[in-house]
Amino acid sequence: MIETNDLSKQFNNNFWAVQGVTLNVQPGQILALLGQNGAGKTTTVRMLTALLAPTRGSARVAGFDVTKNPKEIRMNVGVLTEQHGLYLRMSGDEYLDYFGKIYGLDAQARAVRSKYLLDYFGLGEAARRRSGEYSKGMKQKLALARSLMHNPSVLLLDEPTSAMDPESSRLVRDEIARLRSSQRTIIICTHNLAEAEALADHIAIIYRGKILLNGALDELKQRVLGPVEYEARFADAFDTSGLSLPAGAEVASRSETSLKFRIEAPQVVNPGLVRALASMNAPLISFHEVPRKLEQVYLKTMAEAQGLAYAA
Amino acid sequence: MRRNWDAIWMVARREFIDQFRDWRIVAPMVLLMALFPFVADDTTQDSIQFMGRFGGELILERLVPFVILVIGFFPLSFTLVVALESFVGEKERGTIEPILSSPLDDHQIYLGKLLVGITTPLVFSFFSITIYLILITRRDVAFPSPYLLALVLLLTFAHAVLMVSSAIVISVQATTVRAANLLASFVVVPVAFLLQGETALIFWGNESVLWYAIVGVTLLSALIVRLGVSHFRREYLLGREIDTFNLKQMGRVFIGRFVGNAESIRDWYAFELPETLKQLKKPLALVTLLGVAAIVASYLWVVVNVPAFLDISPEITDRIKTLVNENLTDFEDLSTQMPVPVLFYHNARAVVIMLLLGIVSFGTLGVTLFLVNMGLVGGVLGGASLLGVSPWLLFAAGILPHGIFELSAVFLSVSATLKAGALLVTPQQDKSLGELLLVALADWFRVFIGVALPLLAVAAVVEVFVTPQLLKMVVPYF
Repeated sequence: MIETNDLSKQFNNNFWAVQGVTLNVQPGQILALLGQNGAGKTTTVRMLTALLAPTRGSARVAGFDVTKNPKEIRMNVGVLTEQHGLYLRMSGDEYLDYFGKIYGLDAQARAVRSKYLLDYFGLGEAARRRSGEYSKGMKQKLALARSLMHNPSVLLLDEPTSAMDPESSRLVRDEIARLRSSQRTIIICTHNLAEAEALADHIAIIYRGKILLNGALDELKQRVLGPVEYEARFADAFDTSGLSLPAGAEVASRSETSLKFRIEAPQVVNPGLVRALASMNAPLISFHEVPRKLEQVYLKTMAEAQGLAYAA
Repeated sequence: MRRNWDAIWMVARREFIDQFRDWRIVAPMVLLMALFPFVADDTTQDSIQFMGRFGGELILERLVPFVILVIGFFPLSFTLVVALESFVGEKERGTIEPILSSPLDDHQIYLGKLLVGITTPLVFSFFSITIYLILITRRDVAFPSPYLLALVLLLTFAHAVLMVSSAIVISVQATTVRAANLLASFVVVPVAFLLQGETALIFWGNESVLWYAIVGVTLLSALIVRLGVSHFRREYLLGREIDTFNLKQMGRVFIGRFVGNAESIRDWYAFELPETLKQLKKPLALVTLLGVAAIVASYLWVVVNVPAFLDISPEITDRIKTLVNENLTDFEDLSTQMPVPVLFYHNARAVVIMLLLGIVSFGTLGVTLFLVNMGLVGGVLGGASLLGVSPWLLFAAGILPHGIFELSAVFLSVSATLKAGALLVTPQQDKSLGELLLVALADWFRVFIGVALPLLAVAAVVEVFVTPQLLKMVVPYF
C-alpha cells in the first residue's frame, strides 16, 4: 500500500520539485503517474523509495514510514529507474545474482528466481552474455527483472516499456497485470498514455510538482471531458430535425449520416432514445458510445494548466 | 559485524570484477606498473655509476628506499581515477540509483567503494615495488634493511589511504567526472609535496622520524574517511544534477550565521558571541592542555638535552647576560623598530594561517602550528633557565603582560579552528559539506573578529610599550 499526505520536496535552490502530493494506492491497484518531463514524477518516486527526504508531508509505503524506516522500505520496494542502470560488464545472470545477494536471498533462491525471471522475459539464452551486448529492449527487461528479483510487495516503475519492441512491451504489460492480480501495489510513471490506460486503475496527472488530477479513469473522463457521448450512425442521409429528445439527452453534433448525443445517465436515457429513433424509422446501423481516450483527458488538463486552448 | 563486512565486500567485489574486465583500465595500469620498475632500475644503475665516481656511497645507501617510495607513489597517482569516479562515474552512467534504492546501508556502500579504491592502487604499487626489488638484487647497491623497507611500505600504504579517501570525498561531492578529475590535482599535488618531505627524511638518515609521517598521514586519512562517511548521503548524490557557483547564496549562509539574530553590535556582543564562546569550552580545555604540555615538554627537552651539545660555562653565561643587558636598551626604540600596527598584523596573520591550515586538515595542522609556537615559548624559557635566569621571572616580565591578551586570543582562535575541523567530520543531516564549511568559517570569524582581533590589538600595544619597560626593570635581577 502507498499512502502519501501533502508530500513535498524543496531542493537547496529553493525550488519546489513536488508540492502537496496526496495519493492512496491500495494492494492490487496500479496508479499511473503522468506528467511532462521535470513535472516531479521521479522526485515523487525517489521520496517513496526513501532516497530523498520529504521537505514536508508524510508517506507510508508497504506499511513503513519513508523517513523513519528507509531500510524496510527499500527491502519491500522494487524500483525500475528511469535509466536501466545495468552494469554492462556483468552478464544477465550475474547481475540478478548480485542484486539477489544485496536483498539477502540465499544462493538457491537466487538461482531459482533469476532463472525464472530470465526465462520469463525471454533472456534465458542471453543469460551468460554481458548485458552491454544486449539490445535496448533486453536491457530494459533485465532491469525490470532486477526490480522483481526480491519479490517486492510494492513496485515503482519508471517508463517500464520504453525502448521495447511491441512483443516485449506486451510481455511486460502482461507481467505488470499479473503482479497486480497478486495484490501488489504498483505505481507506473510513463509518457505512454495508451499503456497507462490499459494498465492503470487510477491516474494522477502531475504538473510543476502539483497533482492536477487524481482518480479512476472513468471518473476523470467524466470530470474533464464532460458527460459520455453516444453516436447514432445511419445507412443513408437522414433528417433528424424532428427527433424529440428524452430528458437528459442533448445533441452534441450532427451530420447527414450521424448524430452525436451527450448523455448524463445512459442507462436511463438510452432506451428511450433508441425507441425515439426507431419510431422515426431511422435507418440505424449502429448506436454506440464514442470512445474517449486518456490522451484527451491528459491534453485537456495540461492545456488548461498552461492556459492554452484545447483542440479536441 | 559479519553481515556488515559481507555487504561491504559485496559492493567491493563487484567493482573489482568490473574494473578487471575493462581492458582500458587494466592494460595501461599493468603496462605502467611493469614498465616503471625497469626505468627506475636503469636510473639506479646510472646513479650507482655516477656516485661511485664521486664517492657518494652514503647517498647511494638511501637511494633505494627513496626510489621505492617514488615507485609506490607512481601507480597510486594514475589509479586514483578509480576512486575519483567511484560515485560520480556511477551517477553519470545511471547505475547508482539501483544500488541506492537497495537496502544496503550508506556506510556499506561508501566503505565498499573505499576498499576497492585503496586495494587496486596498492596491489599495483606493491607489485611494482616487488619487481623493482627483484631487479636491484643484480645491482651493486645496499638492499634496504627490513625495518626501513617496512617503514617505506607502510608509508606507501598511508599515502594510498590518504589519496583514495580524499578522492572518494571528491567523487561524492562532484557532479561530473570531469569536475572530479580536475579536482584530482588537490590530492596528487599535496601528496607529491609530502613525498618530497619524506624523501628529505630518508636522505637525512633518521628513519625513525618517518614514523611521525606515517602516524600523521594515517591520522589525516582517518579524519578524511570519517568526513566522507559522515557526509555521505544518498539524497546528496541524487538531489543535485548541476553545481552552480552561487556567491549570493554562499554569502547569505555565511552572513546569516555570523550575524545570527542580532539586530545591533551590542546585541551581537551580548547574545550571539557568548553563545559561540560557550560552545568552545571543550576545545578550549583541550587546546589549553596541549599548549601547556607543549611548553613544559619543550622546556624540559631544552634543559635536559641542550647542555650535552653546548658548552654552558659560567663565563659564557655571563657574556650572554651582558649581551642581553646591552641590547635591552634598544627596547625603548621598539615602537619605531616594530610599530604596533606591524606587530598586530603579524600576530593576526599567524592566527589566520592557523585557521587556513586547520580548515584543510580538520584542525590538526592548525593545532600543530600552535604547538610549535608554544614549544618555542617553552624553549626560550628552557634556554633562560640554562643561562641561570629565572624562567618564572622571564615569563612574568617578558611574556605574561602582553601574553594575557595575545595567548588568550591565540588559544580561543585555535579552539575555534579545532571546533571547525570537528564540525566538518560530524554528521549533519540537514547541511551539505559546503554549507557546513561556511557555517564553520562564520563561527570562527565570530571569535576572530569579536574577541581575537581586539585582544591582539591590546597585546600589540602592551608588547611595544609595557613589556620592554618591565623587562628593563627586572634585568638587574637576572
